[in-house]
Amino acid sequence: MSDLSDLYQEVIFDHNKRPRNFGKLFEPNRLAKGFNPLCGDRITLYLVVENGVLKDISFEGQGCAISTASASLLTEILKGKTEAEADAMFKDFHAMVTTDNVEPSEALGKLEVLSGVREFPARVKCATLAWHTLQAALKNRQDSVSTE
Amino acid sequence: MTAATAIKSQASAGYDVARLREDFPILKELIHDKPLVYLDNAATSQKPWPVINAERDYYTHLNANIHRGVHDLSQRATDAFEGGRSKARQFINARKNEEVIFVRGTTEAINLVAMCYGRTKLNAGDEIIVSEMEHHSNIVPWQMACEVTGAVLRVAPISDGGELDMAAYGRLLNERTKIVAMTHVANALGSITPIKAITQLAHACGAIVLVDGAQAAPHIPIDVQDLDVDFYAFSGHKIYAPTGIGILYGKEALLDAMPPYQGGGDMIRSVSFKKTTYNALPYKFEAGTPFIAGGIGLGAAIDYINELGLDNIASHEHDLLDYATLLSRDIPDLKIIGTAREKASVFSFTLGRVHPHDIGTILDHEGIAIRTGHHCAMPVMERLGIQATARASFGLYNTRSEVDALFAGIRKVQKVFA
Repeated sequence: MSDLSDLYQEVIFDHNKRPRNFGKLFEPNRLAKGFNPLCGDRITLYLVVENGVLKDISFEGQGCAISTASASLLTEILKGKTEAEADAMFKDFHAMVTTDNVEPSEALGKLEVLSGVREFPARVKCATLAWHTLQAALKNRQDSVSTE
Repeated sequence: MTAATAIKSQASAGYDVARLREDFPILKELIHDKPLVYLDNAATSQKPWPVINAERDYYTHLNANIHRGVHDLSQRATDAFEGGRSKARQFINARKNEEVIFVRGTTEAINLVAMCYGRTKLNAGDEIIVSEMEHHSNIVPWQMACEVTGAVLRVAPISDGGELDMAAYGRLLNERTKIVAMTHVANALGSITPIKAITQLAHACGAIVLVDGAQAAPHIPIDVQDLDVDFYAFSGHKIYAPTGIGILYGKEALLDAMPPYQGGGDMIRSVSFKKTTYNALPYKFEAGTPFIAGGIGLGAAIDYINELGLDNIASHEHDLLDYATLLSRDIPDLKIIGTAREKASVFSFTLGRVHPHDIGTILDHEGIAIRTGHHCAMPVMERLGIQATARASFGLYNTRSEVDALFAGIRKVQKVFA
C-alpha cells in the first residue's frame, strides 16, 4: 500500500513553503507556460540559455505542494546544466515517476524525493508539469503546454 | 458543549439512514484499508440495489431492441424502457411523455438544444445569457453556437458569496436576448438560483429558458410546468441511476419546431432517397438504439427516490450541510466557498495555503472521497479569485459521523502541512 509519507517528504514541504528561484528573470531568452487542466495548476518557466547551457532559470505560478516542489527542485538542479543534460534528466525523471521497479538514475540526485509520486497515479501530472514546461521552453514553444 | 452537539438533527424522524445504507453495496468498500466515506455525490452518486437489479434484470430477462417489436421480448423491453420515460415525466411534472427525451446526460441535453434550437434560431447580434457560475457544459455549447451564428454570449454576474445578481441579470435582458441558459444549482458552490423569477423575466423579453438541472435533480422537487421553463436538463447518474442516461425536457411546440439532432434509425417515419420524413416526438431526437437498461435503471432510481420522498432526502442532506458548516467554524483556516442563502448540499472550501489537490490526496488516505480542482467551472473560480477548491457533497446515504470523519481528515491535512 502506498504511504502518504512516501509522497510528502520533508524536502517537498520545504520546497513548497520556500520555493527556490521563484519569480521572473530580468531578461530571459526562453519562456514557456504550463497548465494542468485537471486541477488548474499554472506555471511559467523563465530561462537564460547561452551556448547550450542553462545559465539561469526561475519559475512562477500556483500549484499544489507536489507541483510547486517539483518546479523548485527542477530550477535548482538544472542551473548550469547543458540542454542535452536537461533533456536526459527529463527522461530519467519521467521514468522514475511513471515506471515501477526502476532504480532512479543517480544523475537525478535530490529529485529522488519525488519518486513516491509513482504510487499516486492521480498526482504524476503534478510532478511532471514543470518538466513538460521545460521541454516547451527549450524548444521555445510559445503556446501553453498542457499535461493533458 | 462542542459544536458537534450544538445543533440537533432536523432530518425527518422516519428517515433511517442506517437502513438506507444497506441498499448501497459500494458503501461497504474499503479504501486504503479504511471504510469508504463517499462525499463526491455532486460528481456522481452511488447506486442502490433496486437500480443495479433493474439493469441486471433487463439483461437477464428482457434484452431485446425496442420499438421494433413483432416479438414479445421486444415489446417487453419497449414497455420497460417507456416505463422509465413515464417515471421521468412524473419526476419533473411534464405534461406529456412526448416532451421527455432520453439523452446520455445533461451535457448532451444542452448540446442538443444549442445545436437544434440555438444554431437554427440565432442570428448575428442575438444574445444568450448564462451566469458566471455555470459548469463548462452550460457555457461551451453556447460558445460553439455563437461561433456559428454570430450571436453573443453575455454573462450574468454573481456576488462574492455565489448568489446570482438578479438586478444585473434583469439589466442584461433586452430585445436581442433569445436564450437564457442557467444552472438551477451551481455545481462548484451549491447556490440555488430562483429559476421561476429568472424565467418570468426572460419570457417578458421573449427569450426562452434552458435550465441545467444536473445538481438540482437530486435535491429539489422539480415542476417544469410551475417553473414554466422551456428546456430542463438532468442526468440519471446524479440521482442514483446509471451513468450514460439523462433527460431533456422541452416544451412540445419548441421541440416540434426544431430539426432532429442526429439522423439514423428510430428517428424516422419513412426513408427514401427522394424524401425522408421524421418520426414524432420524442423519437425524433432519439436516433439509434438507446441505453435501454439505463432508461429502466433511471425509472428504478426515481421509484427509489419517491419512496423516500425528495423533501425528506433534501432535509437530511441539508442537516449534513448545516452540521459541516458549523464544524468548520472551529477551523479558522477553512474558508467556505459559496455562501448563498439558498444552497444545496455542496460544501466547497479552501484551507489556508494548502492546495486542494493535497487535501484530496490526504483525505483519500483516510478513505474519504471528495472532489478537488476547478469542478469544470473555471470561470467561477476566476471570478472568486481562486484556482481550485476542495468540495464535499452529500447524498441521501451520508451521515453525521461521515461529516465528523471529514473534519478529522481536514485536521490531519493541517497537521501534515503544519
